[in-house]
Amino acid sequence: MILDFLLKKKEKSSKVARERLQIVLAHERTLNIPFMENLKKDLLQVIAKYVDIDKENIEVKMNRLDNMEILDINIPIKQR
Amino acid sequence: MKGTVITIASGKGGVGKTTIAANIALGLALKGKETVVVDMDIGLRNLDMILGLENRIVYDIINVMENEAKLSQALIRDKRTDKLHFLPASQTKDKTSVKIDRFLEIMDELREKFDYIIIDSPAGIEAGFKTSTLPADKIIVVATPEVSSIRDADRIIGILEANEKRDISLIINRISYKLTKKGDMLSKDDVLQVLSIPLLGIVPENKDILTYTNKGEPSILHQNSITGKAFNNIVCRLLGEKKDFMEIKEEKGILKLLKIFGGTQ
Repeated sequence: MILDFLLKKKEKSSKVARERLQIVLAHERTLNIPFMENLKKDLLQVIAKYVDIDKENIEVKMNRLDNMEILDINIPIKQR
Repeated sequence: MKGTVITIASGKGGVGKTTIAANIALGLALKGKETVVVDMDIGLRNLDMILGLENRIVYDIINVMENEAKLSQALIRDKRTDKLHFLPASQTKDKTSVKIDRFLEIMDELREKFDYIIIDSPAGIEAGFKTSTLPADKIIVVATPEVSSIRDADRIIGILEANEKRDISLIINRISYKLTKKGDMLSKDDVLQVLSIPLLGIVPENKDILTYTNKGEPSILHQNSITGKAFNNIVCRLLGEKKDFMEIKEEKGILKLLKIFGGTQ
């Protein structure tokens, strides 16, 4: 335990900053896209035809990686 | 002549837009390019102070928009190089005096006379920012390695991309060697990972800037200063030269002495 405490490095605040930014920006980038709400609705309709989805916990994120935009949609499926 | 319009924007205020606009404009002029730098921060002008030209203003851009002065009367020639001209903002009128169509006409007129037109945009995402980016062929976003600055930079990048502006690059200003090394400041790579737009340049945090600002002498006039070199690299890259990104490092003892006497940075 004591050894653990001594070896454990303090987390760098810059790393915390980067991670917080990545999360908040992924969310904010989706807010700037006008068709996002409709896209979400349409997608859900199609997928709900085939599986039972958990509508409460859907996540939509827009990420940017090396000048490429990535639309990241997470749709949890309900457990039977 | 058909000049290139470059707008310097940031979202957040106080990150160094005006200083960077002044240095880039003066740098291009020192390299022989006919350059004009336009202050669009109407009502809160400061570019005149940074350039050390505050005593020469007679007419400003609003006077030109309202046809109270000719464009040639409002343009101020720089005292160090005749390749640089400056079009000041109005200090007394407010932002609502800007007429977009007149502004675009003035920019077209400047394109005929100059190789480069550098526009210093106001902070924020309102009309002043939008107007300033409208005629831009290139947009340079300035951010410091802080969460609020980067978030605001991302916001304006989003707005610019939605308006079909594609040529957007980034300058990271005020990088501190000490804090980055300690892990208490976002590094160049951290910032690029979050924003992922092409990097145009990095400028280290340096107390020299304050001295130069006090005197109205942009750092690029001091080619041996660290920030002067950083700005010179940026200007070279704008002109298509390939330059490696400066390493942000601490200088100590004999190494520091060697550097001062003409070493490379």
